[in-house]
Amino acid sequence: MQPDLAAERNPGWPHGRLGLHLLSMRVGRSRVAAAAPYLQVAPLAAVLGVFLVFPIALIAVVSFWDYTEYALIPDFTFRNYWELFSSVVTYKTYLSTLRFAAITWAVTLVVGFTVAYFLAFHVRTLKWQMTLFLVCTIPFWTSNIIRMISWIPFLGRNGILNSTLIAMGVIREPLEFLLFSEFSTVLAYVHLYALFMVVPIFNSMMRIDRSLIEAAVDCGASGWRVVREVVLPLSKPGIAIGSIFVVTLVMGDFVTVRLMSGGQSTSVGLMMANQLAYLQYPAAAANAIVLLAVVLLIVAAMMRIVDIRKEL
Amino acid sequence: MPRRNKHDAAVGNAGISRRNLLRGSAAAIGLAAGSGAIRGFPTIWAQNIKNVRLRQFGTGVSNINEIAAKAKEDLGITIEMAALDSDAVVQRAITQPRSFDVIDCEYWMLPKIVPSGNLQPMDTRKIKLFDEIVPIFTKGEIAPGKKVGTQGTAPIKVAYLTGPDSTQFAKEPTEWFTLVPTIYNADTLGIRPDIVGKIDSWKELLNPKFKGKASILNISSIGIMDAAMVCEAMGEVKYGDKGNMTREEIDKTIKILIEAKKAGQFRAFWKTFDESVNLMTSGEVVIQSMWSPAVAAVRAKGVPCEYVPLKEGYRAWAGGLGLSRALTGLERDAAYEYINWYLSGWVGAFLNRQGYYSAVLSTAKKFMTEDEWGFWMEGKPAKGEIKDPFGRVMEKPGAVRDGGSFEQRMGAVACWNAVMDENRYMVQKWNEFIAA
Repeated sequence: MQPDLAAERNPGWPHGRLGLHLLSMRVGRSRVAAAAPYLQVAPLAAVLGVFLVFPIALIAVVSFWDYTEYALIPDFTFRNYWELFSSVVTYKTYLSTLRFAAITWAVTLVVGFTVAYFLAFHVRTLKWQMTLFLVCTIPFWTSNIIRMISWIPFLGRNGILNSTLIAMGVIREPLEFLLFSEFSTVLAYVHLYALFMVVPIFNSMMRIDRSLIEAAVDCGASGWRVVREVVLPLSKPGIAIGSIFVVTLVMGDFVTVRLMSGGQSTSVGLMMANQLAYLQYPAAAANAIVLLAVVLLIVAAMMRIVDIRKEL
Repeated sequence: MPRRNKHDAAVGNAGISRRNLLRGSAAAIGLAAGSGAIRGFPTIWAQNIKNVRLRQFGTGVSNINEIAAKAKEDLGITIEMAALDSDAVVQRAITQPRSFDVIDCEYWMLPKIVPSGNLQPMDTRKIKLFDEIVPIFTKGEIAPGKKVGTQGTAPIKVAYLTGPDSTQFAKEPTEWFTLVPTIYNADTLGIRPDIVGKIDSWKELLNPKFKGKASILNISSIGIMDAAMVCEAMGEVKYGDKGNMTREEIDKTIKILIEAKKAGQFRAFWKTFDESVNLMTSGEVVIQSMWSPAVAAVRAKGVPCEYVPLKEGYRAWAGGLGLSRALTGLERDAAYEYINWYLSGWVGAFLNRQGYYSAVLSTAKKFMTEDEWGFWMEGKPAKGEIKDPFGRVMEKPGAVRDGGSFEQRMGAVACWNAVMDENRYMVQKWNEFIAA
């Protein structure tokens, strides 16, 4: 800021010897002034460049390479993309991944909004709000793999849930759909990612001016109407951020879907993991680029609906 | 740090002068030799190789720290073991040839790894017990004139190279060996005998009786062969070579798998050892492709499990130790010494006691009790308790090994784990099955 201020304090052209001296100082200072913002963004730009842009550029380059069982061949071929787009498996896999993302998004949105609403509006004191909020994060003290696989003994054919239901006489045969199914996969996703929805929505709701709600109630709005017309629109940035988290996490997942579906379902991430396992790096790279494009499109669409920057 | 200085550096770090250490270790070796602790194998290089480190990675024996500890004790060589899954082994062997000295890989990986030139053919003259190695690996037969399982990547097809710098497999025995075999076995289906009852054919895997309770392993190169055993047993598909299918054969096999999957035959697919154990012990699955130690692990948890011999025969696999192309000089000598030690009996007995088979049976026998040998190798009923190398009881007195003796089991091998010429197509179709 310093050089900027100095430049503004002497807006006119200086005269005489002193003026010349000042002029040269002025030129030196304004060069620094011009460079300052660039210097300020340089560290972040360097980090992003080295750890984000460069690797992605490399993936993009490799996606045009050719390969054999045991070697990568630098080349410029569209073969990987051609094989990707000409295979039925690709479309099925993307469809199934998008479906998982959509279902998980819808469920986590309902759960996340409800929990955040309860925390923000029903819990009266800040102390309890914070306490309950921290309670929500307790599951995150263990690894997400642990949280995921603990469902397996619970939901299994001879698992706790089935044995309990049989013992209570609710069912006779164990419910098979509980484990190694789409149900268990979505369940695990919701369990793992609901908090990513709760946190930003809670954050948005805490910023809502309470007098707005008072005003709405004073004008005769019912509780439901307040939620729909005041709370919901003002929570949009939080919802959008949470949605981005959940959707990108599900779109890139390959562990949950494999463990919870018992290997019977697939996802784009799993498809890539398989390709990597068979040394098909260029094919996996092409797949990664396509997935990146798809996810960016989804995120762009969300940004169009909610302008996060404007509303933050 | 240059590799050849590693052992010097280690001495320097410890703050002991090299001369003192050498004097001390020479005395220790003399003492050990005098007391009879070192048996059977000469230690010509023992002084030089004393502080050599060898980096070994792989699937099977690289998991066993006891072997590294014993090698340190007997030879003084430090073996740094890294265990990876089979896909990762192939990847690393091809892409990072300088990251290892000794590779522990399976024979079916060789058609992928050898063309990369990253393996160093082994001089058979330096393998002291070469003539004692089970002839499955050196001649392709289990007994003179009795060929064993020629389908798939049978070890004999990839056992020899045409020369010391070759990346070509030789059809006839030469002096250049790809891998010295370490572990091998014959795989079949694992079942819960208390639920499934008696079965005698691979086709039972897709029997609707076990709907929603079957599993197949999701490692395409192995899974497809189990599937082929099933389809052939059902009489649905005839194969020229199950280890090297044509596109048409692959299509037919995958079609049958997809139909079964859509009909709800499978409960899950497994990829790792412990997944297969958990599926079986938790009762999710009652019939599935399995590996021998997994069956033992299920039984160890008190759940009955049988590694059932089937009339169509076994799908076999074999692993061995190979040398990195980059290995030279003292380290190479040490690696040969390590491999010779490997065949000298202690390791063989250790592996046999886990239900695998070792490469040189005659030496392993000396390290096993008569009862152990009778149970594991001859198919005789156990007289006493049979323990695994870690001292856990595996079998009660009177138990008989599933499938019987070494000759009965390895003699009934129908095909070997393999990489097909149409591998890429097969993987693509297999993914269709998984995504279906």
